[in-house]
Amino acid sequence: MSGFLASHGEILVSVVKVLVVFIGLLTVVAYLSWFERKVVAHIQSRWGPERVGPYGLIQPLADGAKFLFKEDPTPEGVDRFVFFFAPFLALALAMTTIAVMPLGPRVEIFGHPVWLSVTESDVSLLVVFAITALSVYGVSLGGWASNNKYSLLGGLRSAAQMLSYELAMTMSVVGIVLMTNTFSLRDIVEAQKHGAWNWFFIPQFFGFVCFFISAVAETNRTPFDLAEGEQELVGGFHTEYASFKFAMFFMAEYAAMVTVSFMVSVLFFGGYLSPFPDTPSFHWTFYLPTAGGVIGGVALVWNGLRYHTPLGRKILPVVGIVLAGVGAACALPAVMTVIQGPFWLAAKVFVILFFYVWMRGTLPRIRYDQLMAFGWKFLLPLSLANVLGTSLVVLLRAKP
Amino acid sequence: MSVETILFFVLAAAALGGAANLIVQTHPIHSALSLIVVMVALAGIYLLLGAELLAAVQIIVYAGAIMVLFVFIIMLLNAGKEERTSISRAATWLGLPFAVVLTAVLGWRIAMAQPGPMAPGGEIPGTTRVLSQLLFTSYVFPFEMTSILILVAILGAVVLAKRDF
Repeated sequence: MSGFLASHGEILVSVVKVLVVFIGLLTVVAYLSWFERKVVAHIQSRWGPERVGPYGLIQPLADGAKFLFKEDPTPEGVDRFVFFFAPFLALALAMTTIAVMPLGPRVEIFGHPVWLSVTESDVSLLVVFAITALSVYGVSLGGWASNNKYSLLGGLRSAAQMLSYELAMTMSVVGIVLMTNTFSLRDIVEAQKHGAWNWFFIPQFFGFVCFFISAVAETNRTPFDLAEGEQELVGGFHTEYASFKFAMFFMAEYAAMVTVSFMVSVLFFGGYLSPFPDTPSFHWTFYLPTAGGVIGGVALVWNGLRYHTPLGRKILPVVGIVLAGVGAACALPAVMTVIQGPFWLAAKVFVILFFYVWMRGTLPRIRYDQLMAFGWKFLLPLSLANVLGTSLVVLLRAKP
Repeated sequence: MSVETILFFVLAAAALGGAANLIVQTHPIHSALSLIVVMVALAGIYLLLGAELLAAVQIIVYAGAIMVLFVFIIMLLNAGKEERTSISRAATWLGLPFAVVLTAVLGWRIAMAQPGPMAPGGEIPGTTRVLSQLLFTSYVFPFEMTSILILVAILGAVVLAKRDF
């Protein structure tokens, strides 16, 4: 066994990384739906999920089980192969992009140097765009194969929308590539070192605005969710989908949201870097993960002991103690260095995801012609101007 | 057999299978999907050769942008299944001999070929940088001419679309 580990250690590390990231992403996707329902509910003065488990925390599991056991009818006249294939394609592509994200710097785990990412690539930025370019097929083929006018219209809308906004999205990161001379996401993160004022959302502010707006459009989210506008298109491209095939489209949308949040934080907000400069006077910030875990855990125990159901009074304190324990473990020297990168990345991703949900709770859906005009006549020229401006600055600052 | 060899044969089989399926299928969407399989498999082969940039661009431009337009147009026109017709006389008497000759010539040249300096598995440092430098120094004239050609095509499309009847 030890001989196998010594010779195949790399494979083992890769398998562990893939499993951790995949299961982590699935969990985030499941609880993102709970988070969205809760936040939107509170925006609209409602409670949101409350009944299934304390604070409705077991709702995602109940939803998953419900999706598994629902009837899965295939309507007449559908293109069977494409109808089955589209949700798989959508979900697989949406969950692939996370593989090239840098989740943390190179750290030592049990004395072995490990890159905190599933895989490393010199062109990881382009890999992300390549997978995004393919992800339009899931939605548009699903809409076409359903043999339903509303589905077809939804699929067509999303194909046109994703095609239009993909251009602006790709052009908006050219500024960053010009500044860093690299297509590697890890190198882009490393170029934003030494404090929050070096993050690219300041010099690349217009690029950031373009990227975020077009990324929201790429993921078919409010205010750009015309592909599933229920007033005019019933459910849009997934009208004919039920049971787990619908769940796959649903999960693909949320996985794409998570991916976009990762991309925004990596490209414009320093990825896994701490917002504080790396000087001894800021070493206390290494204890922030511990502080977060312990304070959150104690608060959960405090609230849980007074929760209004007996089950909640049992579960919540236990979860709180576990959370506080995890937080305390983050103070161990070996864990502390490893946890810094993922902690800051997770914090940034969480803030961006909250922003996403906040937009859904606030903004109305825009009209289709407005969507097209906005993409082609405003975002694309703005991103092109950003490329020109950045090139000029880079050229002037280059040593002759 | 190394992992690369196995991957190459898997990708090559996918590309050839997709190409055959493209012709056999009667529905335009199925043919378009087969073409996407061919393009993605080709991108995989580029990756095996160490040309990461080319692989990414292949997927972004061909499998992404161009094929999305194809699929979009097919969906917009709501094109149905094509009907099979019996093979035309010109295809029998001209097409088949030409196909045999072309395959024979290609096969002969490939069998005769010597491995080039950029043989599979070789390390090519900084392909993106090397490619960009070549593109903007030695080949800048053809590169810019291609850009102008595409611009003219776009202008032509705009003029045609704006035409008043």
